[in-house]
Amino acid sequence: MPQLDPVIWFFVLGVVAGVARADLRLPAAIYEFVSTVLLLAIGLKGGVELARDTAGLPVAELGGILMLGFLLPLPAFAIARHVGRLERADAASLAAHYGSVSVGTFAVVVSYLATRDIAFEARAPVWVVMLEVPAILAGIVLARGLSGNVAWGHLLRELFLGRSIVLLLGGLAIGWLAGPEGTTSIRPLFFDLFKGILALFLLEMGLIAAAQLPTLRRHGLFIVVYGVTVPVAFAVTGAALGSALGLSPGGITVLATLAASASYIAAPAAIRTAVPEANPALSLTAALAVTFPFNIVIGIPLYERLAVALAG
Amino acid sequence: MEQFPRRLLTIVTEAVLERELIAELEALGVRGYTITDARGKGSRGQRQSDWAQEGNIRVEIVCEQALAGRVAARLRERYYDHYAMILFLQDVSVLRPDKF
Repeated sequence: MPQLDPVIWFFVLGVVAGVARADLRLPAAIYEFVSTVLLLAIGLKGGVELARDTAGLPVAELGGILMLGFLLPLPAFAIARHVGRLERADAASLAAHYGSVSVGTFAVVVSYLATRDIAFEARAPVWVVMLEVPAILAGIVLARGLSGNVAWGHLLRELFLGRSIVLLLGGLAIGWLAGPEGTTSIRPLFFDLFKGILALFLLEMGLIAAAQLPTLRRHGLFIVVYGVTVPVAFAVTGAALGSALGLSPGGITVLATLAASASYIAAPAAIRTAVPEANPALSLTAALAVTFPFNIVIGIPLYERLAVALAG
Repeated sequence: MEQFPRRLLTIVTEAVLERELIAELEALGVRGYTITDARGKGSRGQRQSDWAQEGNIRVEIVCEQALAGRVAARLRERYYDHYAMILFLQDVSVLRPDKF
């Protein structure tokens, strides 16, 4: 048996319990609470580290990462449209999901690196924020065209005021303002309990992923192959960019993982309202039932090796 | 005790539509509504209430006959094609007609 992080076993437990139809369900409020704590904890931790290091935010790096967010949907769309022969709307929806990022996957890679004492750039939560929105916008343009009938103002507001962005940036700001000493009083909840909270989150994610499995059977092999190969190709792209930007091996691992991850919160909600004719189950199932498990169990250790090789 | 006839319009649809739907209802002149989380099964499969992405809501509106008709027509035109949505109308009686 490979040495899996114990939190991953909670995900496995969730999947097994879900498949067996066990009497197990976390109330919606608990899921919201747990994901709120995770997002704030990640933001806070990054903010505290940023307060220690006064170098500031490198503009070229953030620009490169923003570009990555806009460009990843293009191959994701082309593959879905031409290899998968999907409808335009469905291919664009997949492109938005796969170009955007999963904060849950980010939490797992942060925990993975922390367990192994591998350092990464403190500003990594900012990368999440930079990568979340552009791909969703690109996906909507791929479906609608630039002149399409989309309420952009309303949509942008919803996207930028989405939970993950507000909590990540809010945590980052609080951590930065309060600094290492100032955050001592909240350390027990946000830092010491991080792994336990992540375990509960992954238990629920396992249950949610299991609930998608019947849909997965309906959509067949293409979605499974797509959900595994696209993330690996994107991880290589993300790692190459990270290496070109001179990131640390830990930072390259994080960027590769972010590129590989597929959104299952921000993208589904935005695409559902902006591209209603796309089948929501298709993208969500691929992101949740294929790509999320693949990334957290197999992908992340793989991306870390790639990062070490590139940085070495 | 005097009673006044009104229509009860019930909509069951995807939670993701909540904000948009409220804006739509208010633009049509609906003054009050009640929203509850819902779960169940329909032509678009089983829908959970425990995860926001796939949740359902039930919206109830008590109003005048004409307004209920306008709302129903507008929602059918705008959402029926691509969203999981049902709506139905019932006759109800209210005690304070000025409220509805």
